[in-house]
Amino acid sequence: MPFGNTHNNFKLNYKVEEEFPDLSKHNNHMAKVLTKDIYAKLRDKQTPSGYTLDDVIQTGVDNPGHPFIMTVGCVAGDEESYEVFKDLLDPIISDRHGGYKPTDKHKTDLNFENLKGGDDLDPNYVLSSRVRTGRSIKGLTLPPHNSRGERRLIEKLSVEALTSLDGEFKGKYYPLKSMTDAEQEQLISDHFLFDKPVSPLLTCAGMARDWPDGRGIWHNDNKTFLVWVNEEDHLRVISMQQGGNMREVFKRFCTGLLKIEEIFKKHNHGFMWNEHLGYILTCPSNLGTGLRGGVHVKLPKLSTHAKFEEILTRLRLQKRGTGGVDTASVGGVFDISNADRLGSSEVEQVQLVVDGVKLMVEMEKKLEKGEAIDSMIPAQK
Amino acid sequence: MASSFTRILSSKRHLGILSFVGGSVTAGFLLHREHVSAGVPVRRRYPASAEYPDLRKHNNCMASSLTPALYAKLCDKATPNGYTLDEAIQTGVDNPGHPFIKTVGMVAGDEESYEVFADLLNPIIKERHNGYDPLTMKHPTDLDSSKLQSGQFDERYVLSSRVRTGRSIRGLSLPPACTRAERREVERVVVDALAGLKDDLAGRYYSLTQMTEEEQQQLIDDHFLFDKPVSPLLTCAGMARDWPDARGIWHNNNKTFLIWINEEDHTRVISMEKGGNMKRVFERFCKGLKEVERLIQERGWEFMWNENLGYILTCPSNLGTGLRAGVHVKLPLLSKDARFSKILANLRLQKRGTGGVDTAAVGGVFDISNLDRLGQSEVQLVQTVVDGVNYLIECEKRLERGQDIKVPAPLKLFK
Repeated sequence: MPFGNTHNNFKLNYKVEEEFPDLSKHNNHMAKVLTKDIYAKLRDKQTPSGYTLDDVIQTGVDNPGHPFIMTVGCVAGDEESYEVFKDLLDPIISDRHGGYKPTDKHKTDLNFENLKGGDDLDPNYVLSSRVRTGRSIKGLTLPPHNSRGERRLIEKLSVEALTSLDGEFKGKYYPLKSMTDAEQEQLISDHFLFDKPVSPLLTCAGMARDWPDGRGIWHNDNKTFLVWVNEEDHLRVISMQQGGNMREVFKRFCTGLLKIEEIFKKHNHGFMWNEHLGYILTCPSNLGTGLRGGVHVKLPKLSTHAKFEEILTRLRLQKRGTGGVDTASVGGVFDISNADRLGSSEVEQVQLVVDGVKLMVEMEKKLEKGEAIDSMIPAQK
Repeated sequence: MASSFTRILSSKRHLGILSFVGGSVTAGFLLHREHVSAGVPVRRRYPASAEYPDLRKHNNCMASSLTPALYAKLCDKATPNGYTLDEAIQTGVDNPGHPFIKTVGMVAGDEESYEVFADLLNPIIKERHNGYDPLTMKHPTDLDSSKLQSGQFDERYVLSSRVRTGRSIRGLSLPPACTRAERREVERVVVDALAGLKDDLAGRYYSLTQMTEEEQQQLIDDHFLFDKPVSPLLTCAGMARDWPDARGIWHNNNKTFLIWINEEDHTRVISMEKGGNMKRVFERFCKGLKEVERLIQERGWEFMWNENLGYILTCPSNLGTGLRAGVHVKLPLLSKDARFSKILANLRLQKRGTGGVDTAAVGGVFDISNLDRLGQSEVQLVQTVVDGVNYLIECEKRLERGQDIKVPAPLKLFK
């Protein structure tokens, strides 16, 4: 839905200079790319569902960013945003995704059999393994923009699809607004429950509107496959388990996703996807695979080594604390995952995690023995 | 609300001045807004029943009044500026409220919201303002401070006195809906006008985007600086967008007259001083307001006002006078008396902690102010505070002497 000023077309009576946001203290991708010329060109455009340029950039205007962390600073309200506002979004996508060009094609590969290895990460070091991605239902608007009616439809379609799953995927849906206290406690202990977004990056983009209406969590009885409905994306799909068998996690991930997609297609609701941007999600940073595959791994020695950051960069991996994005590591345990999303396939990205983590665990073992690891440092992948 | 449109039409004679001063764009605006009474209907993809919010756990005025039928009636309407019902109620949907405190749950995006969404706003106004009916009643405006009687408090009890209100610039959208250019226009219009204030009202403007570290610290020490809103009641209504662009604080050199620009309203006007001279505070308040009004009118602008709702502000709770007159007063004995709340209620007063709304009292010092905003004039409301606080001080003195106190009869609401 229109948010704040966005359908206030009296602004078109004002000159570009008068409406153009003050980005002088800003450090995000949108602020780097948005010029007065681009603003002038796009300010009177709308997607078919009515999403405007000011809608796209509001979160980036409201959140100047951090001197060290480059946030994206814009969101999509629907699939068409990536087309209607391409003059702004293409350069941002290029900056964020390693020079990805408007003419590049993205490869999708959810065939888990193409993954080599991944079932032998040392469980003395690798405590847990997880793969997540997002999916958007074609033809419906995204969380920054959707109305209550549309969000409820997304929930209805998702729940219908999920409750028809069987075998290892048989499970149950817990809507946020009618969860019992006991259910809530259990979901918190399982680390499944997601909360109302507090990050201004999300709230300023309108994603927390009408909370908790239309939001919920589905998980299988085994608690190894979990879907968030209507949080930052239509669907966030997560496969996870204790230990280092990333191969099994990825197999379940691919199998479950493909089953869900099949069901949606049968009801004439495919997922948003195109051959240039891959899977379409709310945040431009999640385009492509939308995949973050990672482990919680004990690296107390390696993480204090002078070359730790460089090793991660060369392996195309990133570190986070065990609380997820923007948290600190505890007791030398890190969340290590793939840095890339767009321009490489799911299999390729998980392969990088599997190979990279395996190498880092070997480095850790070497350092424990007091040996040097310089010869093991890889070339840039 | 024919009267508001009459006032817009009457401002046509100011358009010549506007163009002269280089405001030709804005002259174009006022012309444009006169000729439409409602905006383009909202395009809806789902029926109203699919969109109606779930208000079962809600306790705010909007939730009490918004039936599915009323939602269906209003959901495809928009103001000329494109502001919709969904936007107006968003803050009330997102903030279910508190079992003890009933919030309003809705805001206006522009002056026309009060007309286009009248079927929802009028019952809310009635509930919030003691049964005031905008369809049949007229609101008295009276800024003649000479009418105030005995406005000097005993300074052994009253530590400080303050009067605040808000004013909106007609023709520009309100904080929930304004664009960056409109917000900057509000800043320009008001700062321009304030530069014309003289003598004890002369002062200067501190823009939030450009203030220095020293200026910021001084404003914090003076308790003048306002911060980016964190209350979800405000952020969910979109009032913190583009912060701190076009926000600022103006105050006179004496630091007794202060104006906030583009916080929760276009302007918030505050007159204050240490001690108990409410009469002087109110005199400065009225004089300053009238001067500012004269200065903006010279430039072809005016405040949003009509004879049914008085001064138009963002939150329906601030309609009418938008006035909160209060004191910080020491009432350690009275505040522990079981009858304190009843005495306050009958005197049409409310208590807050000394940090303002939603804070606790410290050391027996309370912020005591008027409850009401609409249906009585500024003079009447400040008189209520003066009479009421004098009564409270009398009670405190009696309790000090070991004498008993009486709960006063309840005051009449609409005079």
